[in-house]
Amino acid sequence: MSETSVSAVQHHAPPTSFIRKHVFSLDHKVIGKQYYALALVAVFIGMVLSWLMRIHLVWPNVPIPGLSLLSKSGAPGGVMTPEYYLSLLTMHGTLMVFFVLTNAPFAAFGNYFLPIQIGAEDMAFPRFNMMSFWITFVAFCILIAAFFVPDGPPISGWTAYATLSAVGSDSGPGEGLGQTLWALSIFVFCIASLLGALNFIATTLDLRTKGMTLSRMPICTWAWFITSCIALLAFAVLMPACLLLILDRVAGTSFFIPAGLVISDHLQPHSGGSPLLWQHLFWFFGHPEVYIAILPAMGIVSHILINSMRRPLLSHKVIIYCMMGIGFLSYMVWGHHMFVSGMNPFSSLVFSFPTLMITIPATIMTLIWLGSIYGSKLRITAASLFALGFLSMFVSGGVSGFFLAQPSIDIYLHATYFVVGHFHMVMGVAAIFGVFAGTYFWFPKMTGHMMNDSLGRLHFWLTFIGTYCIFMPFHYLGLAGNVRRYSAFVDDFLVPLIPVHRFITFAALFTGAAQLIFLYNLIQSRFRGAPAPANPWECTSLEWTMPSPPPFDNFGGKHPVVYHDPYQYGVKSSTGDYLMQDSPEEAGA
Amino acid sequence: MATVVQPPELGHQDPPPEKQHSGGAGFGNFVPSGGTLKALDDSSQEATRTGIWVGLAAITMSFAAFTSALLVRQTTGTDWRHLTVPPIVFLNTVVLLASSVALEIARRRVAAFARKQRVDRAVPLRWLAATLALGLLFVAGQYAAWAKLRAEGLYLASNPNSSFFYVLTAVHALHVLGGLGGLLRVVAKLRAPVFCLRRSTMDATAYYWHFMGILWLYILFVMWIKL
Repeated sequence: MSETSVSAVQHHAPPTSFIRKHVFSLDHKVIGKQYYALALVAVFIGMVLSWLMRIHLVWPNVPIPGLSLLSKSGAPGGVMTPEYYLSLLTMHGTLMVFFVLTNAPFAAFGNYFLPIQIGAEDMAFPRFNMMSFWITFVAFCILIAAFFVPDGPPISGWTAYATLSAVGSDSGPGEGLGQTLWALSIFVFCIASLLGALNFIATTLDLRTKGMTLSRMPICTWAWFITSCIALLAFAVLMPACLLLILDRVAGTSFFIPAGLVISDHLQPHSGGSPLLWQHLFWFFGHPEVYIAILPAMGIVSHILINSMRRPLLSHKVIIYCMMGIGFLSYMVWGHHMFVSGMNPFSSLVFSFPTLMITIPATIMTLIWLGSIYGSKLRITAASLFALGFLSMFVSGGVSGFFLAQPSIDIYLHATYFVVGHFHMVMGVAAIFGVFAGTYFWFPKMTGHMMNDSLGRLHFWLTFIGTYCIFMPFHYLGLAGNVRRYSAFVDDFLVPLIPVHRFITFAALFTGAAQLIFLYNLIQSRFRGAPAPANPWECTSLEWTMPSPPPFDNFGGKHPVVYHDPYQYGVKSSTGDYLMQDSPEEAGA
Repeated sequence: MATVVQPPELGHQDPPPEKQHSGGAGFGNFVPSGGTLKALDDSSQEATRTGIWVGLAAITMSFAAFTSALLVRQTTGTDWRHLTVPPIVFLNTVVLLASSVALEIARRRVAAFARKQRVDRAVPLRWLAATLALGLLFVAGQYAAWAKLRAEGLYLASNPNSSFFYVLTAVHALHVLGGLGGLLRVVAKLRAPVFCLRRSTMDATAYYWHFMGILWLYILFVMWIKL
């Protein structure tokens, strides 16, 4: 290992007080863990909400013990009302998309590992970094507060379509204060995300250590960087949209509410607004958001697969170009969420082409991953299993995207469970598998303890089988015409589908319970796990050059010098079949 | 902004010193994969400068969103009315542009000071004070414009035109207030007994402030042709 003699100039002083160390910490590693913890809390709440919904769908008249404590009016006697079902649906979606899928793969792992992987001591703006986490936390609290206001959480879904979201309490329970809290929460979340994205971009461009050229950054660093560029532009659009929505709700403006709208026998005192405008602004953010969730997972999975295969991918650069391509195209396809919204059919056609084009970089990436794995001696660990699971989910969920990208097919499938199956697999589960893979891979570095790999593999197989059991039948339900967002199935054509729903509910309860293994492993390993060596996976990137867990200032006040491309595997060197990025040694053939 | 425990002396800031918080490989540093280090010179900018450009990109995007909302909204309803922009905003425009000129003079004086040319610290301070005063005057002027509209009975929710007028001007004014906060921070650093104003901080604040002027011209243009 070689280091320059640059004297130690600390980015900020080591923290001394408890509060500075663990609460309002400026250290990117602590902030990364805070994001991870917040995502864990959010995913737990989101999962319980999905359980409640699944149970209600199958046994609509059976009281759920304790539910009436959460909302007396929403679940009188423990049986939820159709409106309360929608409230839970909204909160499930919002928590999962914003506070889990954005926070965990991007903000949590990105914060922890991006500075280390480029050889920096911390993020470029540590104070902004701390603020971005705590602002996110405030957004989370505002959202959760919606559970406890008199009329409960909003019923307009995580997409909060106007006019339902804009007109106020006339449009249903939860559309009063609950919806305002929702809009405020997302507005605040945007501020935090913008600060975070700004930090990631400036850090990547300016704080790379000597020799760390852009082409030498690991793929996951690239993924976080590209994601932060996407996030910067996407959240900058959602924020004004939320502001306009809040004004429509509290100040009586008419950005999204048309004239002559009668809801609950009340003529709404608005005129001339456009409900489609909200959808355009929302989805201009919303589609890139899908890639904000999935790109970091792609990066993490590539990083882990390369390490497990002990050889580089067929092409490092093409993967990065494909991620850039996906990021670029993600801004041209928002209209494919609006094929049935009353938009001009010609626009649908225009949005359909770039949507289908996204399949090109996505397919190239998949082929590179599969082609690289083919014939390799893969080291099977919990991390590499979840990386493979990601590929499986990405392909299975992505293929249904081919269908939905075409307006003629989407018109039939749009309001059905087919779409629910598609986005849960390709965006939800795939990204979560990336997070699991990252957790098993980096946990030793983050805590200094190894995780239990056998439990990890058990967790993988149960989760892998369980998620397929949940989300694959959704596609069948959709094709059979099963409408989404219904809280109970009483129509003639839906009743025969109830056994499928029952199977899904059992699968969901089972898969959720399997996550307790993960939780146990996480907590048990944190306190009782075997001590982790500096580089347990024989990995080449910079985070593995330092002790586990890393010291406060990452590289001990020195700056590493990088001599190699990130993935020098399958070479002959003094360390074995790999060469660390900061090793001055020449790679043998 | 980056926090530095021991701020480097300004006098050593130009040309940029050894990288403070990292090694610094910029775009221009392409080391051959063979492993020999060829170009290790620090060619990257300080993160503050990059950061401000990135922040400005986000603000630009937000106002692009407002603009497209305005364009869409104009075509959807039958309630689009002409709104006469209160004349005082043109005066405000002059004030804001003048503040930019004052700040640019201050920025160059600080740069000269950093080069250890014989410049009294009081000179840039005076120009900064002028910038601050003009900035406050701009915000006050905008407030007067809102008062004028209110007097005409045009409130936020009166019609879409007044809605957009208030939203665009208020969001811009909030950003200007943020810029004033940044300027106060620069002034505090410039006045501090231990001189600790980094040029990147000065530059970033100035870029932001100039951008507020450009953004205002854009908003004025949009309001002029559309409202």
